Amino acid sequence: MSGSFRTAEGGRVERARAIEFRFDRRSFRGLAGDTLASALLANGVHLVGRSFKYHRPRGIVAAGTEEPNALVTLIRDRTRRTPNLRASGIELYEGLVAESQNRWPSLRFDFGALAGLAAPVLPAGFYYKTFMWPGFAWRRLYEPAIRAMAGLGRAPSEPDPDRYLNRFAHCDVLVVGGGPAGIAAALAAEESGARVILCDEQAEFGGSLLADTESRIDGRPAWEWLAGSVASLARSPRVRVLPRTTAFGYFLDNMVALAERVTDHLANPDPVLPRERLWQVRAKEVVLASGAIERPLVFPANDRPGVMLADAARTYLVRYGVKTGTRAVVATVHDAGYAAALALHQAGVAVAAIADGRREVRGELAEAARRAGIAVRGASGVAGTRGRQRIEAAEIRGLGAATAETVGCDLLLMCGGFTPSVHLFSQARGRLRFDVLLDAFVPETAPERVRAAGACRGAFGVAPVVEDGFTAGEEAARGALGHLRAARRPVVEAQEFGTGEAPGADLGEGRGRGKAFVDFQNDVTAADLSLATREGFRSIEHVKRYTTTGMATDQGKTANPNALGLVAGMLGKPVPEVGLTTFRMPYTPVSFGTLAGPARGELFDPVRTTPMHGWAAAQGASFEDVGQWKRARYFAQGGEDMAGAVARECRAVRNACGIFDGSTLGKIEVLGPDAAEFLDRMYVNSLRRLKPGRCRYGVLLREDGFVFDDGVIGRLAGDRFHVTTTTGNAAGVLAMMEDYRQTEWRDLKVWLTSVGEQWAVIAVQGPKAREAIAPLVEGIDLAAGRFPHMSAAEAKVSGVPARIFRVSFTGELGFEINVPADYGRAIWERVWEAGRRHGMTAYGTEAMHVLRAEKGYIVIGQEADGTAGPDDLGLGWVIGRPKGDFVGKRSLGRAEMVRADRRQLVGLLTEDPARGLEEGAGVVAGAGRGPQAEILGHVSSAYFSPTLGRSIALAMVKGGRARMGERLFVAVGDQNVAVNVTLPVFHDPEGKRLHG
Amino acid sequence: MLLVPCPWCGPRPEVEFRYGGEAHIVRPADPEAVTDEEWGEFLYARTNPKGAHAERWYHLHGCGRFFNALRDTVSDRFTASYEIGAPRPDGAEKS
Amino acid sequence: MAEVGLTRRGPLDALAVRSGAVLSVVPAESRFSFRGGEGAARAASEVFGVLLPEVGCRSEMRGERAALWLGPDEWLLLAPVGEGPEIAAAIGRALAGKPHALVDIGHRDTVIGVDGAGCEAVLAAGCPLDLDCATFPVGGCTRTVFAKAGVVLWRVEVGRFRLEVARSFAPYVWRLLEEAVSGERG
Repeated sequence: MSGSFRTAEGGRVERARAIEFRFDRRSFRGLAGDTLASALLANGVHLVGRSFKYHRPRGIVAAGTEEPNALVTLIRDRTRRTPNLRASGIELYEGLVAESQNRWPSLRFDFGALAGLAAPVLPAGFYYKTFMWPGFAWRRLYEPAIRAMAGLGRAPSEPDPDRYLNRFAHCDVLVVGGGPAGIAAALAAEESGARVILCDEQAEFGGSLLADTESRIDGRPAWEWLAGSVASLARSPRVRVLPRTTAFGYFLDNMVALAERVTDHLANPDPVLPRERLWQVRAKEVVLASGAIERPLVFPANDRPGVMLADAARTYLVRYGVKTGTRAVVATVHDAGYAAALALHQAGVAVAAIADGRREVRGELAEAARRAGIAVRGASGVAGTRGRQRIEAAEIRGLGAATAETVGCDLLLMCGGFTPSVHLFSQARGRLRFDVLLDAFVPETAPERVRAAGACRGAFGVAPVVEDGFTAGEEAARGALGHLRAARRPVVEAQEFGTGEAPGADLGEGRGRGKAFVDFQNDVTAADLSLATREGFRSIEHVKRYTTTGMATDQGKTANPNALGLVAGMLGKPVPEVGLTTFRMPYTPVSFGTLAGPARGELFDPVRTTPMHGWAAAQGASFEDVGQWKRARYFAQGGEDMAGAVARECRAVRNACGIFDGSTLGKIEVLGPDAAEFLDRMYVNSLRRLKPGRCRYGVLLREDGFVFDDGVIGRLAGDRFHVTTTTGNAAGVLAMMEDYRQTEWRDLKVWLTSVGEQWAVIAVQGPKAREAIAPLVEGIDLAAGRFPHMSAAEAKVSGVPARIFRVSFTGELGFEINVPADYGRAIWERVWEAGRRHGMTAYGTEAMHVLRAEKGYIVIGQEADGTAGPDDLGLGWVIGRPKGDFVGKRSLGRAEMVRADRRQLVGLLTEDPARGLEEGAGVVAGAGRGPQAEILGHVSSAYFSPTLGRSIALAMVKGGRARMGERLFVAVGDQNVAVNVTLPVFHDPEGKRLHG
Repeated sequence: MLLVPCPWCGPRPEVEFRYGGEAHIVRPADPEAVTDEEWGEFLYARTNPKGAHAERWYHLHGCGRFFNALRDTVSDRFTASYEIGAPRPDGAEKS
Repeated sequence: MAEVGLTRRGPLDALAVRSGAVLSVVPAESRFSFRGGEGAARAASEVFGVLLPEVGCRSEMRGERAALWLGPDEWLLLAPVGEGPEIAAAIGRALAGKPHALVDIGHRDTVIGVDGAGCEAVLAAGCPLDLDCATFPVGGCTRTVFAKAGVVLWRVEVGRFRLEVARSFAPYVWRLLEEAVSGERG
């Protein structure tokens, strides 16, 4: 037995395959092919949740993804708890475990229901009005209480253990929705030779046909045509069919995002498979066949378990073989209500009455109802319901009547008509038009190459929908391919039912007692909407936000159309004038994992390492992140802490020699007869006259005069320069250079090639540097006078072709050896071998920073933070004189840039030499604190200097150069630390050691 | 994801490009001859139109070329792409 | 560099152990970036022995050498690993006096081969281009992106792509490709 409410036969469930599952710790049985919702209903379970605000008992309302109430938490294991899943969208699998939400201690006995008693102080926007006083009560009382009660479901606390993948895909025609219109469109497009992708959010294709046992297509039952069509599409090499795949977002230039659920329906998924896959589809043409969503009716107490959408009940019956009750009342303003009533009646469910809100009741279906002995009340609606955790009776009242008739029932079906699903069409910035007959918005025109077909366009009935699909598919194929081949239309015999008169008749909301819900999930009532309009909210966007209508996880799929109709009535305006709120992705909730794909953890960003990284790691280096790069920060030995390691490394560089990995710096090969002219116009330096074999410290400004980058420019030949940039600006400098080269100075014959990764850079710095490397170098005489400071040459190092620059960022005698990167590690090891006997020590970025700060060398990103010009940084000497125009030159002459009180680079020495400062700390004039203290500047770099045995700092201070010897203060923590302003150089100010 | 029409490579996804700001901003031929104000205009003043915008794109992860394009800032539709140095195809002047 | 006596170490040396039927590491080659106008390109073609394509996003192959169009004045020249110095010398001589740029980038990039019937699907994990044979035919090549890395993609045969990426991005690209390969098994 799979539930006592199961029909004896029929449906698309597999009656031979029973499935065990648990809901709220009770065991049940369902069938393969059930959703959790259909399986629960088959077992007579209607109470599945408690509402968001009032904790009212709630039941299943719909059969599809528009379900607002039946949100459950699915539990696979400790790390896989997924909240807020719609029971109607969960495919049943063996051993499924689900829990209801938003109730404590249980669904039946929920303390939160007491909130219902507090309802009068919890209307729309209550948090703007109530719980204001006393102020202190917010933190202790109100907020924790409201927090505990708010929300639906509990967020998982463990990291998501599943895999998610991404796929870009391209096609000629993307068909969204695999119902009759979508299948027809896919068949038509495939027939014309298009590459087609067809997706549907459900496990089975078929859409509305899955609940249709009446229609016949090409003389066969619709289900046979469906199976045959799907099989033929799946066989075609030009078609990709994606079931369980929701198109959730429409983006520019016909890119549509699809979320494919790969393993959620499996009892024991293979861990190698991704749980979900994101498809980013670029389609030449799109056909939207997303169907329509049934509207509830708004009447008092319309949210009791057992009150559900009429066509949903019919779907549960026909598709899943589930009777959703034993005695039903049907309230409707649409013929579909009659189809549901008749279907239930045929299955043995007693239909006590049909309350039709329309003034005139006509048509075949109405006659059939009367013939079946079902009482039909025209011009009537529901004024209220009775029952506690399940409906027991409905009160039916005629229009204008004073009293209501109480009719006993355990099932109340409501049908307010159907709203075409225009979500994706609107996301594509499509324009909508209000169709008065349908009482709904339908797609009109779109800027993208997209068209709607079937019910989502406002076409109803199997025959019109199928024809619509074929037409749309052919048009799409023609748009994509330039031609089409007309597809044969099948012959469709189906019941067509009229749309009926426009509803909107006053059905009794406001005249009965009890809350009439418009948005079930967010507990918004018609009274809330009325309150909003009375309080002056006129725009539908404001009403939405004030009342939170349509803001729950179902995004108002069953709420918004009714809300719009009610608000229009309250404002006395026609619906099209009130308008719709903006449709935004995702159409249904999407896992974060799906959006992240593989980009998490180690693969979130490229982790870039140099050729010598392995050597540093083997030495126990600690690494720091510099952008995407890992750089060795310090090499702790024998239990040293960072300070100890840095002190040792600095001393080694100053007294013997150090070896440092500079490979991350950007390098650009600038080649061509106009290379020198080009660089001369880019950098502040005079470079035209730079001789081959020499290099210069180059400073690059932005056009606004602020320092952007610095580096060493080496001239290897008349037409060949090796230009270095900072690690972080490697790409930016090349882009800037290409900009000027291609758009500003197009007549210059020069080319730029990035060679940052071509060369590994081994820096050797210190008084013993020459002795360390000389034995390995062939082709250059490195002796003191022969290869002076700022020389550049090509040579060989251990037989490998290299570029050697005599440059220093430490202020000591130094060389930078560039070798092709694949040899970087081997050459580094050779240099290390050779250098050991001279006391060579490996040093990292931390020591590098301290050493350069001792010399007052600036760092791009610290001293030069984008607001400093060259003169501010004491780099005026770098600017070539005389010199023609260069980037940023004109800006240097602007009044702002020559003010004497600009922030200028200075050194700061704390009065207490052991006291350190903090980078970013503010510099002030006095010892006091308070809001009046003027910030004169900030500390840009602060370190403990092993060379000086005390703390040092560089700072940018207002009018700094005129303050030499002045006593200032730096705000560190809650203290003002006294400092003296000095020149920004602390060691070897004359630079003698460079020329060793 | 926007498709940007590169004159050499055809329409390509926007992630291959860097945006280059408004097009037809003329760098003064003799910067020393312009006033601070005129130089400031060159640095900072931009049209920012609602509608057709002439702008530059850099096909960094593609052919590596800069080019001009006309894009409607409301619909994000490109109506033209043309080489650096060529005049704006719709003949409009910078306002 | 036979005379060097040192072995070259690439960024995927540790990872390549796991390479299989779909992913492989292509061994080192001579690689040059050549820049120049039409005249220079034609002169270089003669000396290099392979036509530098004038049509965008196309490649030419002859023997073991290839020339790939990357931009209107930019080509990637490929040759066996030992031939680098002679190519540089020959082009230098032939184009002396003609504006051009020839830069050895033999160590800058790593090349990953992506092979087999599912190669398009694997690359589609990170590359947003349409890789179908109709739009990306044999011989087609272009710079593009793969997830967060810039790459050069070249279709050598129907079921064979070469993906070239800067060495420091190679481990990231390789591991993403591996993710895609194992995910496609499902």
